[in-house]
Amino acid sequence: MYNFEIEKPATIADAVKALGRDEAQPLSGGQTLIPTLKARLAAPSVLVSLHGIDEMKGVCLDDDGRLCIGGATIHSVVAKEAQAHYPALAGLAARIGDPAVRNRGTIGGSVANNDPSACYPAAVLASGATVVTNKREIAADDYFQGMFATALEEGEIVTEVKFPIPQSAHYEKHIQPASRFPLVAAFVAKYADGVRVAITGASEDGVFRWTEAEEMLSNSFAADGLKGLTVDGSGMISDLHGSGEYRAHLVGVMTRRAVAAMGG
Amino acid sequence: MPKDSGIGASSKRREDIRFLTGSGNYTDDINIRGQAHVYFLRSDVAHGTLKGIDTSAAEAMDGVVRIFTGADFEAVGGMPCGWQVTDRHGQPMLEPKHPILAHGKVRHVGEPIAAVVADTLEQARDAAEALVVDIDELPAVIDMKEAVRDGATKVHDDIASNLCYDWGFVEENKDAVNKAFEEAAHVTTLELVNNRLVANPMEPRVAVGDYARGTDEHTLYTTSQNPHVIRLLMGAFVLGIPEHKLRVVAPDVGGGFGTKIFHYQEEAFCTFAAKACNRAVKWTSSRSEAFLSDAHGRDHVTKIELALDKDNNFAALRTDTYANMGAYLSTFAPSVPTWLHGTLMAGNYKTPLIYVNVKAVFTNTVPVDAYRGAGRPEATYQLERLVDKAAHELGVDPIALRRQNFITEFPYATPVAVEYDTGDYHATMDKLEEMADIAGFAARRRESEAKGKLRGFGVNCYIEACGIAPSNLVGQLGARAGLYESATVRVNATGGLVVMTGSHSHGQGHETSFAQVVAEMIGIDENMVEIVHGDTARGPMGMGTYGSRSIAVGGSAMVRATEKIIAKAKKIASHLLEASESDIELKDGAFSVAGTDKSVAWGDVTLAAYVPHNYPLDDIEPGLEETAFYDPSNFTYPSGAYACEVELDPETGHVSIERFSAADDFGNIINPMIVTGQVHGGLAQGIGQALLENCVYDAEGQLLSASYMDYAMPRASDLPFYDVDHSCQTPCTHNPLGVKGCGEAGAIGSPPAVVNAVLDAMRSGGKNVSHIDMPVTPSRVWAAMNG
Repeated sequence: MYNFEIEKPATIADAVKALGRDEAQPLSGGQTLIPTLKARLAAPSVLVSLHGIDEMKGVCLDDDGRLCIGGATIHSVVAKEAQAHYPALAGLAARIGDPAVRNRGTIGGSVANNDPSACYPAAVLASGATVVTNKREIAADDYFQGMFATALEEGEIVTEVKFPIPQSAHYEKHIQPASRFPLVAAFVAKYADGVRVAITGASEDGVFRWTEAEEMLSNSFAADGLKGLTVDGSGMISDLHGSGEYRAHLVGVMTRRAVAAMGG
Repeated sequence: MPKDSGIGASSKRREDIRFLTGSGNYTDDINIRGQAHVYFLRSDVAHGTLKGIDTSAAEAMDGVVRIFTGADFEAVGGMPCGWQVTDRHGQPMLEPKHPILAHGKVRHVGEPIAAVVADTLEQARDAAEALVVDIDELPAVIDMKEAVRDGATKVHDDIASNLCYDWGFVEENKDAVNKAFEEAAHVTTLELVNNRLVANPMEPRVAVGDYARGTDEHTLYTTSQNPHVIRLLMGAFVLGIPEHKLRVVAPDVGGGFGTKIFHYQEEAFCTFAAKACNRAVKWTSSRSEAFLSDAHGRDHVTKIELALDKDNNFAALRTDTYANMGAYLSTFAPSVPTWLHGTLMAGNYKTPLIYVNVKAVFTNTVPVDAYRGAGRPEATYQLERLVDKAAHELGVDPIALRRQNFITEFPYATPVAVEYDTGDYHATMDKLEEMADIAGFAARRRESEAKGKLRGFGVNCYIEACGIAPSNLVGQLGARAGLYESATVRVNATGGLVVMTGSHSHGQGHETSFAQVVAEMIGIDENMVEIVHGDTARGPMGMGTYGSRSIAVGGSAMVRATEKIIAKAKKIASHLLEASESDIELKDGAFSVAGTDKSVAWGDVTLAAYVPHNYPLDDIEPGLEETAFYDPSNFTYPSGAYACEVELDPETGHVSIERFSAADDFGNIINPMIVTGQVHGGLAQGIGQALLENCVYDAEGQLLSASYMDYAMPRASDLPFYDVDHSCQTPCTHNPLGVKGCGEAGAIGSPPAVVNAVLDAMRSGGKNVSHIDMPVTPSRVWAAMNG
């Protein structure tokens, strides 16, 4: 780890100001950033911890009935407090990493990092959630722009994520045996106006919506209906833990299992 | 009725109090006033010409004490190899130079190029980044079969080829074996990979070198399984420090699994640099460094063939193995694929003719050496996979085929040079069949199938040669060290004992189980016996702990020393009791005169030894301290039978282990709880190899599985509740305790059962897959079932 200064703002406004400093980087849980720093693979001169910003913490319902989660809310809090409103999302949060990760890692950090194998992006995209920043609101469909790439601009902070609550939903993941990140995971969310399916872990372009499956499921919500529907393995990640072809196969399996778990 | 103390009692591990409460004393806990820290700059390319290192900018940086490069070690010996294998043509193996810091060339990713000693680790690391290293990258050779092709890139320019040795065993049997194959009624052939592993002890390696200028004495604190061996190798062959000026201390060590047997560059460096800098020098490996610098394990590619006669008797066996040595010979690397592997190829079977060929190969990878089991897991895996394959080809029950070919008469001289002293393979198989509830398997399979899963059952046997080893034998086989063990028993005036053993405990519980043996022999409380190990300044020359040898060899030395103590104490007692020595009996910590009520307590005798007022000074010396060295007459041969039951998800390929049964014969047992724990740990590592762990290089020699993000360690949730039994006991016939050793059995015996079970599950799903390589990952299972 190289030396750096650390700022601990108490408000979003102060955090934004601190992020204006040269080579400043936000720290929101640090479950990716801290190991990167320890390996000396990053050298920010200032870390701006979002941990002490109370206005970015917590889980609540807004007037539109959306589940709103502050960007600095840790996974273990989401696992508890979202349970009554959005159990599939709570279940996802409860199974990220291990207890140490769940007690430090935040939804804002995960969504801002957009690791192609992270869990949260699948929920955000499948829910058609809105990513709120200190500047604007961004629809999930516009927010995720590829592996580790998002619509966020330099110095922009994810302050909140607003999830429309589906009629039912399920997150099914098949883990990579070493990291225990999803090798492939599917988040299926059923709304009155249709079904959304988001896949994480599989694609070289990061989290994506499986629109063919969404169309079929919106017409008829049945796992069996998806049999025979495949995704192309060519754009899938291929590594030590599985070929693109295997991941493409798992996209179908995980989606069907999610649908089946929802009674479809 | 279980005992509550002494031999056979499940005494609680006394060392766990300090291990579990954070009060252990590990090498990294040792900090010497004024110590500096070293950071090793390691090669990030697998192969290249090292043209130069510009240290000038780094030397000017804050806190830098001194920067070392390969040139600083030209006058110093290289890293020694402790075993010389002779090839099938009678020629010695090729033995390349192994520098402390790379000189002229780099040969694997992770090889240390330069060492920066600075006031703090961060300063050392900062300065290391300012080093300018000029390397001309060369093509790397990673694949073993590529490495031995004509015209292959050479890892070492100054030796003839990448073929370290071509070993044939037993060479004289080769023609007879080939003839038996020509005459066989059936031949089963199998090609397989024994996957490369990283040991991953919980505690990474650490070395602290210290030097006392006033007395010219060196001290090395290190994470070692055998501090005396490090003292000998490093002192005599690397740095030229006589043993009386060199102390090596291996305090609490957090797991070794073989990878802490070897003498490493970092140890020699810290010892050397402490004198050069006149300051203690400390190195603590990061986990990332451990992946790139700890010796790796396994990495064999094998073709094995079994010839059977018309009655399914095993007629002959031959194997052809490529064994990866990595870029350099680690301390005991040459012995692993040869004498710890070829000699085990008979397994539990009376195969009359065996020929083993092993080609050891240099590649641009981290050196490979012993890892829990060392050669014996490789032998067991290929043999037990092969026997299973033969059973399926012949349409016979795999257990029946094994039983039919079991060795049943002991001693049994195998055609591969070893003689099994004792064993009862039907007994462990009987026990296993009972434990595994084979009768209930069909119902369990139906339950799995009702959930859309496949269920498979796999079994295997194993035999291992432990308790290494007779020194005169291993000397003939190329060992450059003896393999005896030592113990000094020091009885204090008030009756307590300190036993200094040459064995080393790095988690095995010796402090508890060794004390049980001595306490039992004298008839005193275990808490009166303290076990000391791990410091060359405290105990006699010992060879350390590996190869499941501690209780069999170290324990035997301790028994011999204690027998000497008892013999002398009886003389003292006979004087105090005014009785004939031959009438003195020792029972429950008191000496009595046979047939009388006259007795004297242990503590009175020990006090007399040190306060010899009323003492037979004409006959014996005062004091009560004895040393014994024990050199075994044979290996020990633990054996057993293991069964695994898996559930396989045909859609994802995921395999979960539902049941695992282990029936072992370890001979006599000192502490059943500790033995059970050793088997559990071994099983975790064997199942880890079978399902999860894989050390993978790309074609350029970059380690792809270089962290826990990609190297999958077994976790509690991957493992079942084991069913472990060691009630089948055929005591070793040649050591005083009748013990065989239990440290490696779980890791040796479990991988084939897992793979056999997976293949059985696939067959039940209509997929007749003849083999799948470890680790049996979901993606491999899916590919095999959909191939």
